Amino acid sequence: MIYLSLFLTFFEIGLFTFGGGYAMISLIREKAIALGWLGEEELINMIAVSESTPGPIAVNMATFVGAKQGGILGSAVATLGVVLPSFIIILLISALIKNFLKYKGIQAFLGGVRPCVVALILATALTMGLSTLLNITTVWGGVTLDVRGLVILAILIFLALVYKKIRKKKPSPILMILISAGLGMILYSI
Amino acid sequence: MHSKMKNAFSLFLTMLKIGLFTFGGGYAMIALLENEFVEKKKYMEKDEFLDMVAIAESTPGPIAINAATYIGYKRAGVLGSAMATVGVCIPSFVIIYIISLFFDAFLSIRLVECAFRGIQVCVVYLIFSAGLKMLGQMKKTVFSVVVVCAVALCMIAFSLFAIRFSTIFYILICGCAGLCLYLIKRICGKKEGMK
Repeated sequence: MIYLSLFLTFFEIGLFTFGGGYAMISLIREKAIALGWLGEEELINMIAVSESTPGPIAVNMATFVGAKQGGILGSAVATLGVVLPSFIIILLISALIKNFLKYKGIQAFLGGVRPCVVALILATALTMGLSTLLNITTVWGGVTLDVRGLVILAILIFLALVYKKIRKKKPSPILMILISAGLGMILYSI
Repeated sequence: MHSKMKNAFSLFLTMLKIGLFTFGGGYAMIALLENEFVEKKKYMEKDEFLDMVAIAESTPGPIAINAATYIGYKRAGVLGSAMATVGVCIPSFVIIYIISLFFDAFLSIRLVECAFRGIQVCVVYLIFSAGLKMLGQMKKTVFSVVVVCAVALCMIAFSLFAIRFSTIFYILICGCAGLCLYLIKRICGKKEGMK
């Protein structure tokens, strides 16, 4: 029953995401790839689409995966699943537990979760980078360099540094995505 | 009751607007929410808003949904939180659903496929730089640095050796480690106090 499975998987994802959209990516990657719902490239494309369209990344991802697996009903149950844990927890907190963040035990738990989430995001980016740029997924596989990809990465890092120097802030993700799309069109079509 | 319905409906419309104009996830939405609910509508004070943000960041789930539910409840009870949450989701849902219908066809165009290969590099860069930014903002204690290094190394090693170990376990283990550290500190503190 695909709808139940979509609902439960996204419920689990919603329940164990701390710290926003990027933190969710490692869990979505793990689940969606293991269940065969998305491939690595498709997942990365979807993250790009989520970044370039309005709305919470979690809802975007749930809608997309749901739509691919079960049409409009699939996307509705997946979105409901990812939203429901937040909804219930926040209602409980605002109705019953007034000083939620004042509890020492909760602070201590979060004190462990926060650095963990940072590590999950960095490690996910690194493993994604290894698999897209160097084609390394496991130690047993060979290495194929994606030279064009590495060139794009170098240009992006350079541009971001220059932008930050001149404008005193980071370029927006959408701007970076547009630039990389242009670079991709030029470099990969030669 | 009538005014509650009206409040809930106006929340729905405001959140619909915010959902439509937020690019780049929860943190981008915080600024819009503040502008709308603290400065324009004066539904809450700045202090309460900051508390709300802290709760939204510390509880599981997308930050945008947490914030919408919280503001909705404060303003118009359970109905309000439901309306606010639905409102913030609808724009994403509609836009992504429409995109999902055409995405594969769109990707089969040669030039688009090339563009997306470039974009894939950018996404990896964006995720990594978001992680670095969070690392920079993190309070650095011996414990937190050890957790970051240990989790990152384990995760990369496990993925390279194709060992399955769910992200959920990392989160639970690290949370419990934080809790244990706190309990140990407290017990030691008490013993010293008794001496």
